[in-house]
Amino acid sequence: MKKNLKSLLAILMAAAMIFALAACGSSSAEPAASAADSAAAPAEASAAEEAPADANAKVLNIWCWNDEFQSRFNDYYPEVKEVAADKSTTTLNDGTIVKWTINPNDDNNYQNKLDEALLKQDSVADNEKIDIFLIEADYALKYVDSDYTMPIADLGITDADLADQYQYTKDIVSVGGVQKGTTWQATPGLFAYRRSIAKDVLGTDDPDQVQEALSDWSKFNDVAEKAAEKGYFMLSGYDDAYRTFSNNVSAPWVDGTTVKVDPNLMTWVEQTKEFTDKGYNNKSSLWDATWAADQGPEGKVFGFFYSTWGINFTLLGNSKADPDGPDEVGNGAFGDYAVCYGPESYYWGGTWICAATGTDDPETVKDIMLKLTCDKDIMKKITEDTQDFTNTISGMNEIASSDFKSDFLGGQNHIALFAESASKIDMSNAGPYDQGCNEEMQAAFKDYFNGNATMDEAKAAFETAIKEKYPELTEVVWP
Amino acid sequence: MGDKQGRTAGHRTVSYAKYGYLFILPFFIAFAVFQLIPLCSTIYYSFFEYYRSGLKVIGPSFVGLDNYKTLFTTDLGKYMGNTLIMWIIGFVPQIVVSLLLAAWFTDVRLRIKGKQFFKVVIYMPNLIMASAFAMLFFALFSDNGPVNSVLMAMGLRSEPFRFLSSVWGSRGLVGLMNFLMWFGNTTILLMAAVMGISPSLFEAAEIDGAGPVQIFFRVTLPLIRPILVYVLITSMIGGLQMFDVPQILTNGEGSPSRTTMTMIMYLNKHLFSKNYGMAGAVSVVLFILCAVLCVVIYFALNSDNTGRQTRRHARKRGAVK
Repeated sequence: MKKNLKSLLAILMAAAMIFALAACGSSSAEPAASAADSAAAPAEASAAEEAPADANAKVLNIWCWNDEFQSRFNDYYPEVKEVAADKSTTTLNDGTIVKWTINPNDDNNYQNKLDEALLKQDSVADNEKIDIFLIEADYALKYVDSDYTMPIADLGITDADLADQYQYTKDIVSVGGVQKGTTWQATPGLFAYRRSIAKDVLGTDDPDQVQEALSDWSKFNDVAEKAAEKGYFMLSGYDDAYRTFSNNVSAPWVDGTTVKVDPNLMTWVEQTKEFTDKGYNNKSSLWDATWAADQGPEGKVFGFFYSTWGINFTLLGNSKADPDGPDEVGNGAFGDYAVCYGPESYYWGGTWICAATGTDDPETVKDIMLKLTCDKDIMKKITEDTQDFTNTISGMNEIASSDFKSDFLGGQNHIALFAESASKIDMSNAGPYDQGCNEEMQAAFKDYFNGNATMDEAKAAFETAIKEKYPELTEVVWP
Repeated sequence: MGDKQGRTAGHRTVSYAKYGYLFILPFFIAFAVFQLIPLCSTIYYSFFEYYRSGLKVIGPSFVGLDNYKTLFTTDLGKYMGNTLIMWIIGFVPQIVVSLLLAAWFTDVRLRIKGKQFFKVVIYMPNLIMASAFAMLFFALFSDNGPVNSVLMAMGLRSEPFRFLSSVWGSRGLVGLMNFLMWFGNTTILLMAAVMGISPSLFEAAEIDGAGPVQIFFRVTLPLIRPILVYVLITSMIGGLQMFDVPQILTNGEGSPSRTTMTMIMYLNKHLFSKNYGMAGAVSVVLFILCAVLCVVIYFALNSDNTGRQTRRHARKRGAVK
């Protein structure tokens, strides 16, 4: 008995050690896993409430889901006087205190909190009312097509002010010709590829020649096959190409109470299933750890579909060997990427500024919108500083034809490609259900790609999920 | 009633009963505000169409039993099954390991040193937040996580095993986490039960020549049965309400193919559109299920007690004779 106990103890100890080892390993892997959320994580802390120093000062409440707009605001809005140490408030020259409320996006958290606050908008004190909130393209219409957003014409912003903006950025936040939001960025998408892998597979890393080889989907599939023969993956995971298909659909997701799945999305399903079965992708999902690692120095993936913010923010961050190291060639895959148009034009993401109905300070809101989305000089400066693609057609065309270049993309002037691509974006098929439908489509077919569900089961899973999410939708029609 | 009051007043005695009611009042207020009213409104709204479409509130409008009809045409049975399967995967090892540990820790002949230390250690996983624990496992068992690195380094697999994409991989992980989180708690409960048994019974068994295995099965196990039943019931109710671990591990999707989606996760799905009607209906079904289980257990426990009592009475009577 005693001997038994000893051996059992030994086994237990060994198990404990393995567990401890594994736990150590995880802490080193953690940063990669949470890289996607890193933008949101520190933001939550800054949502901490801090009573304004002067009780009589005007308070401007801005709601958003990460610190992107906050940093643009603090860096480029000319009226900024000082920023609180914890960034929770910003004081303007006229004494107005901008109070930031940042709720991370995960699991619909931002919208849930925003909805609650907007529904209470009428009953709270002036300084508690939301003045500005930010929205994303996928669910823009949910807010735009409601009384909670103000037409920007009512703020005094004229068509002339907006003339230099890309048309699709105005369409997406307009209902019946009334525009209810405005943005400082346009988000055309491109295909970002690894120069070294392109050289190995295609014999060239020149963007024009790579584009030539990827100009339509059948050519794209041929390159995928060649890449696989050389031991590379064409794409990282299932959802990488999704946006290029979902942006080129022939009708909105929902017609009345019927969900109509576009044939183009079934093309995505077919292509992705083929890629998965033949080993052309690495079976990752957007934002997961494998996906992020595939973009890094050890990655074996030919390229990623990414839009403006994705290239200078996400891809750049993931590509570095030392995340805290300098942004320079030699740090991981920095400088080993280049961009081309890819098989189809598309856009991905984007953030719009909306004025909340009931705001107590429309003058300041108007000024913020004008300065941060319509002022060509400020826009150009943002692009030059951050490589973000900003919403000024003439400004972007000037940079496109200048000698502007990105070290990260091996000296390429990617603004020229963005400017070309942005003018082609067609947003006429956007709808209020896009976010839910896109998410559930990706989730349902992930099981199909993984071999855990048949095509019919995946379709049924999509129908179930959609009807749960939107009880008002009654039917799903497949092409 | 009036007569009684008259009598007390006549006898000039002071009634202290009102103070008693005063002292238990806070509980009833808290119970009413946080439990009774929500419970009633949940049942009430389960008969209504009441949700949000975008920012527009639809309803509430009375629809009778429609929510329940819809509910039983969905995959409710599948989610009940998932919940049951994942509970069993966790509960079976939990009860076995806890029994074993409880038997060892209470065995006077083994004289395990550092009992207190081990009790703390095995209880520890329960102190971690379930969501943090699930995040940890998510990172550990991800496709390129440390567990897969270890498996590949040891040569056990040539490519990563995709735990979270396989049905039994993810169900197994949920079960494993529940097991790790709760076996310490169960061990301590069972140890208390075993220590409640009179040592003279063990001594008597030993003198009669029973081995440790016999003692365990013939003496310990029958005598801790009430506590075992209690553990079973609490664990079952806890299992029915399983939510945080699979929710975090699968990002709310119950992936793959909703094979790890529990009843409460399904309930949570309806809260995306603030669908109080359907969510209420799911809650009511869960409530009835829990209530039935509780009643069954209550009677099981009660009949057990009376059985023992009669036996004891019989023994006493025998002794007297």
